[in-house]
Amino acid sequence: MIGYYIRLALKSFRRTCGLTLLMGASIALGIAVSVATVSVYHLLAGNPIWWKNDRLYAVTMDNWPPRAMLPSPPPGVDLALGPSQLTYQDAMHLFASAIPARKVVMYKTRGVLSGGTARKLPLRAIARVTSADFFAMFDVPFLYGTGWNAAADRAPKPIIVLSKEENQKLFGGEDSVGRTIRWNDREFRVVGVLDDWLPRPKFYDINNGPVLPPEDAYIPWGWGATLELPTAGDVECLTLGSLKTFRDFLNSECNWIQMWVELPRRSQRERMETLMNAYWSDQHTRSRFTAPRNNHLTNVADWLAEHQVLGDDEHLLLIFGFAFFAVCVVNVVGLVLAKFLGRAGTSGLRRALGANRGHIIVQHITETAVLALGAALVGLALAEGCMWVLARGIALVNSNGTEAAAHMHFDMWSFLWATSLALVAAVAAGLYPAWRVARLPPASYLKSQ
Amino acid sequence: MLKMQNVSKIYRTDLIETHALRNLSVEVSAGEFVAVSGPSGSGKTTFLNIAGLLEEFEAGTYHLDGEDVSRLSDNQRSRLRNEKIGFIFQSFNLIPDLDVFDNVDVPLRYRRLRAADRRERITNALELVGLASRMKHMPSQLSGGQQQRVAIARAIAGDPAFLLADEPTGNLDSLMARQVMDLLEQINDMGTTIVLVTHDPELARRAHRNVHIVDGQVSDLMIQGPRSTTGGGSGAEGAFEAQPA
Repeated sequence: MIGYYIRLALKSFRRTCGLTLLMGASIALGIAVSVATVSVYHLLAGNPIWWKNDRLYAVTMDNWPPRAMLPSPPPGVDLALGPSQLTYQDAMHLFASAIPARKVVMYKTRGVLSGGTARKLPLRAIARVTSADFFAMFDVPFLYGTGWNAAADRAPKPIIVLSKEENQKLFGGEDSVGRTIRWNDREFRVVGVLDDWLPRPKFYDINNGPVLPPEDAYIPWGWGATLELPTAGDVECLTLGSLKTFRDFLNSECNWIQMWVELPRRSQRERMETLMNAYWSDQHTRSRFTAPRNNHLTNVADWLAEHQVLGDDEHLLLIFGFAFFAVCVVNVVGLVLAKFLGRAGTSGLRRALGANRGHIIVQHITETAVLALGAALVGLALAEGCMWVLARGIALVNSNGTEAAAHMHFDMWSFLWATSLALVAAVAAGLYPAWRVARLPPASYLKSQ
Repeated sequence: MLKMQNVSKIYRTDLIETHALRNLSVEVSAGEFVAVSGPSGSGKTTFLNIAGLLEEFEAGTYHLDGEDVSRLSDNQRSRLRNEKIGFIFQSFNLIPDLDVFDNVDVPLRYRRLRAADRRERITNALELVGLASRMKHMPSQLSGGQQQRVAIARAIAGDPAFLLADEPTGNLDSLMARQVMDLLEQINDMGTTIVLVTHDPELARRAHRNVHIVDGQVSDLMIQGPRSTTGGGSGAEGAFEAQPA
């Protein structure tokens, strides 16, 4: 019967073309706006590794002076949280612990990649200098090869992992494991190529662009100090000492290292906290950590919330999107009611010929569902257009925006949202008119048919 | 087949109560061809609507094929309409978006028949009314008489126990009207009970019996022979009751 009702719906659309287009446009617009806002919200708001939320923790220790000694912070900065990154010396001390199941210290740096077979000119690239557990901790998928182990960090071995996009640029997308490329002026051997991976937001480095895509390449942690690779991320230096050399920088009180640990069991978390507290006490006696103790192990969800990845603007945007959709649906209800009542005679005839109220309701709901699903496809196309405009706007006003813009498009999540909204629209817009028509006494309309 | 006893129907608005039927009693036996006549506003259409389970009534009883319809739910009434009753309307009431085949198919769709069964019934019905070659025509491409014949095919495709025809020739010229009546007689000869509402005494005389309704009551009835063209007759079958005018 559903096939029959769909056929009747298509005939009805042909007969009332203008009204159908008007209703479809209204639903499409509502879906477009709400899908675009949901996509932006999803880009910023989701916990992209929610399944490990209870075992991944960001490690922070507060080496800042007491707050009374600090000037007023800029708007939106909460000094009570303390720094969101570690100093090099603190990171190295904590990284030596065997308590975590996995641990990672890292930062990002800029450089140049060259020597690929598919490209002659060098490429400017962002690399993450990271310890080995990065890939396993964050469930990073590989297309070819693998990462490296702790021994490669220590040596450090001249090996490199490329992102899928970078591998495409350098080697035309083929399996480049074993090939050699140059990072700046040093040769590195490719040991792995990542598959598609776009955590949104980029939770593991929230300071340096939560909406930016992951890095182009990854090299072992030991190269950072060996090659004195400068950081390309945020550096928080509230106390300045002499910073003439890279070694000075490593020994400074500047916070620029991100550290995460994986603590599957509660006992591990407690032991890690104990370790951090003991370290704080020791450093406090050495005249570091002069502010009250402010150590944290923060899970991903809390990490995103504390750093206000989602501001009030994003929430308002989401509310606006759904409110706009609701207004469009309400507009359509009136049009649908007029259309259905306009052919009450035909419905009365069907009732006379044996259709019950349920048949009439399902027939009319099917019509609105077909209309809404068609409108959803148009709405998705409009949403993609909205996202494209939004992405170009971000790229214009944000120096890192070009990278973010490349990744602003809708995905399966958005498609599912659009389909769900279409069905909601179909039921919301069609149910009352269908019910009204089904309850009409058929005899009243037969003579006027 | 159809037995109404003391059926009353009242239409109420904020200001007025209209007694469309008052203690009306009519009985139609299986296989009969009964004509229902009366002046405009007498309650003929109301009687037809109640007989066709399109309207409910305030008092009395109505048994259709032995089943008391007053206790039926809306779904049960719909099912009964679909399975036992065929409707023929004055204004044909074909759905303009659908071709002839799909129009005849409408009542069959609510019976959950297989496509092959529906096709066979539709073909047989259209062959009976002489329009099997016009299956893909739209109603707008047919004459009035042809449209009414399609409506008749739609009414009989489901093999109903009886047909209710409300002024089926009202919008037709005399030639087409005669053709339609010939068709109804043919259907009646095949065993289908027919109740026909008409203003036309000529057409009424073609029925087995004539029931005359005035002011919501049966005021007169005439028993006549089958298909008598002179108006009189004998040997009428079936029983009925009438309230005096």
